[in-house]
Amino acid sequence: MRRYLPIIIVAIAIFLALPYLLPTYYLSLSTKILIFALFAMSLDLLIGYTGLASLGHAAFFGLGGYVVGLLVVRGQVSEWIAFPAGIILATALGALFAVLALRARGSYFLMITLALAQVVWGIAFGWRTLTGGDDGLPGVKRPTFFVSLADENSFYYFVLLMVGLSAWALFAIVRSPFGHALRGIRESETRMLALGYNVWLHQFAAFVISSAFAGLAGALFVYNTRFVSPDVLHVVRSAEVLIMVILGGVGTLLGPAIGAAVIILLEDFISSLTQRWLLILGIVYVVTTLFAPRGLVGLYKEHFSRNRKR
Amino acid sequence: MIALAVDNVTKSFGGVRALTGVTLSLNEGERLVLLGPNGAGKTTLFHSISGNIIASSGRISLFGEDITQLPPDARARLGLARTFQITNLFAQLTVLENILLAVCGAQQLTFKFVRPLSAYDDIQRCAQALLEEWNLADAGDQLVRNLSYGEQRQVEVVMALSGAPRILLLDEPTAGLSPAETLRVVEMVRKLPRNMTIVMIEHDMDVAFDVADRIAVMHQGRVIAEGDEAAIRGNKQVSDIYLGVE
Repeated sequence: MRRYLPIIIVAIAIFLALPYLLPTYYLSLSTKILIFALFAMSLDLLIGYTGLASLGHAAFFGLGGYVVGLLVVRGQVSEWIAFPAGIILATALGALFAVLALRARGSYFLMITLALAQVVWGIAFGWRTLTGGDDGLPGVKRPTFFVSLADENSFYYFVLLMVGLSAWALFAIVRSPFGHALRGIRESETRMLALGYNVWLHQFAAFVISSAFAGLAGALFVYNTRFVSPDVLHVVRSAEVLIMVILGGVGTLLGPAIGAAVIILLEDFISSLTQRWLLILGIVYVVTTLFAPRGLVGLYKEHFSRNRKR
Repeated sequence: MIALAVDNVTKSFGGVRALTGVTLSLNEGERLVLLGPNGAGKTTLFHSISGNIIASSGRISLFGEDITQLPPDARARLGLARTFQITNLFAQLTVLENILLAVCGAQQLTFKFVRPLSAYDDIQRCAQALLEEWNLADAGDQLVRNLSYGEQRQVEVVMALSGAPRILLLDEPTAGLSPAETLRVVEMVRKLPRNMTIVMIEHDMDVAFDVADRIAVMHQGRVIAEGDEAAIRGNKQVSDIYLGVE
């Protein structure tokens, strides 16, 4: 930790200075990157550390967002209730999904998480009177937590604070005895059982923690766009965040955050040229698995250690 | 005191009977070696004792406590440790991290989310001491997957030992090892405290007779002979199985 302290301080300084350096459009893009960085890191806890590949993570992201959107737009509820409620309900949904999905492993686990997430998407899409269907819910106004977060600068700082605290918590978790136990479970469940670990309970806890942070990211996302639609629950969201994790480097936390930045910037750039963003996303995925299976962070580490050996 | 009692245990997989009425009893500190040809049911018996499979009928108890239906982690917490016939380690983690996880498991240091594992000095010291005791200190920073097979087998045994278990199950710890490596593992087993109850599956007769207080021979899911070295060597049925009937 101490070794990285100068880098961390410089990074914090840069993030704090961004509103003074960037025009409004790019600041808003930075806010989006931070939100997706948190979403990708939350998924990495599950995939990279616990070895559970989920293709339904958008369910928690989307539910966090929808709860905030519905409570604010339909219920006129205070942000002091709506915002925590989004996170709590996403966490509860995570607990429910975990109980159902943890009966399976590997690609079966992946299919169950995908199916469960599609159910949530289907509800949001079909229940027009409540959710507005695929028209979505416009007019989610940004919250006031002591100060108004309506303008881009203050909202950016709010997201930075939330994502910063979450990243700190996630890094603490993966370095803790619990985080090490998750790595052990990823490597061999039977060995962990033989050592006296309650494997199921660890996987359950990892799933719930992961969905809590995904829910937080979703709530922030909806405040950021001031709008929520079934898009946030769509399987493409789940696939996109999965690709962010794989592109950045599975099991590194920092990697998925970088992967999120790359994908968001690429999407922004490609969208100005063509409508075929999903095609490009697919190509990015194929190229990553072929040439950098351990992601950008893995690529960097390999290159770095090879140079050091010479 | 009876450390482990296996009472009339049967295990069927569909129509296949892997174990038929197996009964064994071990006193505390006793060392039993299980012999028997491939497919005799030795590993199935091990799995039933450690909880990786649940016996179809019969009763298994550990220090008087009925464990027949307990999951493997609950049995481990009662002081039962095991190694696996096919090396079962955390391949992408270092040797030290492997041992650390074993120590944390044994001390039930789980669901601790805040302090980094590196800050738990007692756990770190304990793991380091184990590495030094078993001559693995130099390999501590290496990934387990980069170790030789012989070294991996040693890590496998050390992980089972790191919780100072009351009863230890060793599933062919010397399988596939060179004579020199076999000797090292046998030395490890000999060095273990005498009050540790040990059940070991072994194919090498010399190793078996060297380590065992008592030997049980299994064949087609049954225990067909039990006794000391002389009794087993003199048993007609055992020599028929191993050497064939004239």
